[in-house]
Amino acid sequence: MLVLALDTATPTLVVGLAATGPDGRVLAEAALASGTRHAELLTPTVTAVLAEAGVTLTDVGALVVGLGPGPYTGLRVGIVTAAALGDALGLPVHGVCSLDAVGSGARVVVTDARRKEVHWRAYDDAGAPTTEPGVGRPEDLELPDLPLVGDVRFAERLGRDVTPAEVSTAGLLRAVQPLLEAPPEPLVPLYLRRPDAVPNVVRKPVTR
Amino acid sequence: MADTQPLVLGFETSCDETGIGLVRGQTLLSDALATSMAEHERFGGVIPEIASRAHLEAMVPTVHRALAEAGVGFGDVDAVAVTSGPGLTGALLVGVAAAKAYALALGVPLYGVNHLAAHVAVDELEHGRLAEPSIAMLVSGGHSSLLLVPDLAQDVQPLGQTVDDAAGEAFDKVARVLGLPFPGGPPIDRAAREGDPRSIAFPRGLTGPRDAPYDFSFSGLKTAVARWVEARERAGEPVPVADVAAAFQEAVVDVLTAKAVRACREHGVDHLVVGGGVAANSRLRAVAQERCDAAGIVLRVPSPRLCTDNGAMVAALGSRLVEAGVAPSAPDLGADSSLPVTVVSQ
Ligand SMILES: [Zn+2]
Repeated sequence: MLVLALDTATPTLVVGLAATGPDGRVLAEAALASGTRHAELLTPTVTAVLAEAGVTLTDVGALVVGLGPGPYTGLRVGIVTAAALGDALGLPVHGVCSLDAVGSGARVVVTDARRKEVHWRAYDDAGAPTTEPGVGRPEDLELPDLPLVGDVRFAERLGRDVTPAEVSTAGLLRAVQPLLEAPPEPLVPLYLRRPDAVPNVVRKPVTR
Repeated sequence: MADTQPLVLGFETSCDETGIGLVRGQTLLSDALATSMAEHERFGGVIPEIASRAHLEAMVPTVHRALAEAGVGFGDVDAVAVTSGPGLTGALLVGVAAAKAYALALGVPLYGVNHLAAHVAVDELEHGRLAEPSIAMLVSGGHSSLLLVPDLAQDVQPLGQTVDDAAGEAFDKVARVLGLPFPGGPPIDRAAREGDPRSIAFPRGLTGPRDAPYDFSFSGLKTAVARWVEARERAGEPVPVADVAAAFQEAVVDVLTAKAVRACREHGVDHLVVGGGVAANSRLRAVAQERCDAAGIVLRVPSPRLCTDNGAMVAALGSRLVEAGVAPSAPDLGADSSLPVTVVSQ
């Protein structure tokens, strides 16, 4: 079965087409330094990746999308795109934690959470997550003593080396593989923070 | 209505309403709406992040409601239209991304359209073809504009707009001063019915001989109301809520209708369309009707349900664009929070 993979949880827009099964492999992939232009570039990139693989959307059997954590506006672009594609095509859409698709094996993944914080998650030797995804200031985190992979810009503040790694189609495929047989769960973004908003309880006078 | 006319699926997510509408030609088939207004109430204004989260949750279910209400399936859709601006960036992007994905999956053209032009287009669903040129006045919590519309599909010209608060924003703020709920339009409209609009003389912004004839300003009015109410409270006197509401509403309505009629007269246009959430205000509708009748202008106001943001208005404009043979949007369409009104489609 062909799986279309999307992730917009980081500034790198990831679109890939992969075949599942014992000889599962990535057939075509694009990783664009898209920054804040995920909404502009995502569907054209899907078209380009499908064309590169020589298939059309009707050949796709399932979708996988990264649910974050990541900057919210870009994150929602990927999730709603996957949800809409799956809805219109009648295909299952599986969500995975985007951090699960970064690096492999025993590790702690760190990505940019903005506001001078990182998103992070730890994994065991088999690559299975051992913590929930978290968010925090690098200086305050007590991360497990495992190799750090992800966004190297945080090495100094973490006081440890970070091996560069990003979300990949192979990583998304690996994360979704165990989910493919079951009906998909609802696509709930991993926001990790509440919206910034203060209830308006007292009326402020405009004059004194 | 002939089935040969194109079926357009419209997406609207520029503020707090997730609107999905289906239009065939100029016929409204369905108008499904999900709103996050209740979540914004306790903040006294729309919180963009809350609105964006709600759009994502509501998207697929609202599309399905629209299809079910219209009795059509995905295979029947001929084109997709989406509000690509102006509006809240994060909110717009949820709709734009969804619309792009549906268009791609269905293999149909996509039109990124201007929210303001869509407010004008929706009137065609109820009152038939727009007279061109028309003057359009769009008043809501997010915008207050006067437009000259020679050709709704490709030529919309700005005449004026608010220089500070939108008209609907002034209603929200005055409602808060009066202890009325958010959004402020409906409760002020209700309270004003019991009040005397001439009881207090509130200022009419930008109505002097040297002021921009078609621009609006509501910030001074809002402050004047707040000062008046606070002076009463400081003096330990009761605040006549109905009178304040009526006098405030009258000031807004007087300025809006006077400027709209003046725009018609000075441009030799005899059709006025009023849209946006504030167009649901009963006093605005009544005064606009009186003044248009007196000036020989044909007034068109959509029913209140279609005045507020919805998906049908986007589909209605999309339908117009298809009919006019306007080129669809490029595959790299994005959202433009400050899309100029002159750009009917991107
Ligand atoms: Zn509007």
